Amino acid sequence: MSESLYQEIILDHYKNPHGRGLREPFDAEAHHVNPTCGDEITVRVALDGEKVADVSFDGQGCSISQASASVLHELLTGGTVSRARDVEAAFVELMQGKGQVEPDEDVLGDGIAFAGVARYPARVKCALLSWMAFKDAVNRAQAEEL
Amino acid sequence: MAEQMPSPLDVDRVRKDFPILERRLAGDRALVYLDSANTSQKPRPVLDALTEHYERHNANVARAVHQLGEEATSAYEGARDKIAAFIGAPTRSEVLFTKNASEALNLVANTMASGLAEDPRYRLEPGDEIVITEMEHHSNIVPWQLAARRTGATLRWFGLTEDGRLDIAGLRELINPRTKIVSLVHQSNILGTVNPVAHVVERAREVGALVLLDGAQSVPHMPVDVTELGVDLLAFTGHKLCGPTGIGVLWGRGEVLDGLPPFLGGGEMIETVAMDGSTFAPIPHKFEAGTPPIAQAVGLGAAVDYLTGLGMTSVREHDRAITAYALDRLHGVDGVSVIGPDSMVDRGATVSFTVDGIHPHDVGQVLDEQGVAVRVGHHCARPVCVRYGIPATTRASFYLYTTNAEIDALVDGIEQVKRFFG
Repeated sequence: MSESLYQEIILDHYKNPHGRGLREPFDAEAHHVNPTCGDEITVRVALDGEKVADVSFDGQGCSISQASASVLHELLTGGTVSRARDVEAAFVELMQGKGQVEPDEDVLGDGIAFAGVARYPARVKCALLSWMAFKDAVNRAQAEEL
Repeated sequence: MAEQMPSPLDVDRVRKDFPILERRLAGDRALVYLDSANTSQKPRPVLDALTEHYERHNANVARAVHQLGEEATSAYEGARDKIAAFIGAPTRSEVLFTKNASEALNLVANTMASGLAEDPRYRLEPGDEIVITEMEHHSNIVPWQLAARRTGATLRWFGLTEDGRLDIAGLRELINPRTKIVSLVHQSNILGTVNPVAHVVERAREVGALVLLDGAQSVPHMPVDVTELGVDLLAFTGHKLCGPTGIGVLWGRGEVLDGLPPFLGGGEMIETVAMDGSTFAPIPHKFEAGTPPIAQAVGLGAAVDYLTGLGMTSVREHDRAITAYALDRLHGVDGVSVIGPDSMVDRGATVSFTVDGIHPHDVGQVLDEQGVAVRVGHHCARPVCVRYGIPATTRASFYLYTTNAEIDALVDGIEQVKRFFG
């Protein structure tokens, strides 16, 4: 069955998402859609200098896209922006690795559960949706600060 | 249980004509292919026609004087004859080969928006209206949005009723003397609805508007006769019709095609070319610039022969028997809601549905694990999803090779999906 794709950790995050719901205050938000399936996500970031004070999100979509947003919230909230960028780069590398990349749990935490998704090209976009929105939102927040 | 309609086809025998249906998937699972509205599978005679063309007759058409060139030309033009007969076209020159149905639809929208037509009936201008429907495939929405932007014409559309049908209550106002063209789908690729073309044609005639029918989902599944339908133009594609990809058809009444200006310029579409201007070939070649999809046309001709051999009425009756069985089985699954007509009245062999609380992507993935191939998403008809307040659907679509056992596999698969995400 789909165990390699639908890890228990993913189903847990899907059924009980962490940090879901758009919150105030925030510095920037980004809305991303997956045009092939209609999945949507809005990600808001609140920065406090170099710190990611909050990442909040709302959206609709499949278990992979929604669980991925929950993991993103858990991994990045409270850390630094540069750490967030490192984690994001590692997650993108894992997703684009066609199942050949060995994930580092110290960096990716629950994100390692998505390793199996990388073997399903049609689902990689689902997993990356919130991460791309997060990246956009941080870029916007930092651009506004300048 | 609804009454079991008998299929007029010997489906076991039909299935032997489609080599891919023997395919075993990863984990040695049987293939349950329920995605024919996306693309149909190809029977052996079509595969053989493609191979034979490339092995024995390959040459460019209409420009070679050698024997192979003549054989290729004769095969290509022979395919045009077959397709003209298949759709009841009065004249073979009214059948244009395109890349696909999208290109056929774009051909009409672009030539009408080009401003080059001499006759104002074929030229969009500010104040003109274009009428489409909310259930169109994106390929019959976006070209008209672009045409409206280019010309200043206004795009209007029929809405949909709660039960997935065209809302024709406002027909007389919507199609009015300002309407230049009505472009609508014959059978919806997401809802399965078969539209009341006769009503639309009747009103369009009264106001002098053209009617373009998108037959991508109807021509493969039912007898379609352009003369009987009374439309001006019909677009469809080969690959949903047991034919190869890369070949589509635009049929148009000769007078209309003569009145539309050329679409793409290039070789074979001209009469004479001088540096200060060109004149154009008569139809169909006026609209076939460049080397056409030759082998694909030959393959489509073989597909049409194959379907004609079985009989399109039998194909339609088989579709109806399978769809009735599918609707009946799906009604028995808790949490499944059909999006679109929930009865056999004016509907085709495409059934979209949602499963309570489970995203279609997840439904499709777990079905795939069981060998059941469906399509998930908005099916290039996003306005329909918006209309019914859903992000996407799971769509099962059937064809002449679909069996009741495959519907059973779908239903078992949905139960497995529910257990998995429950």
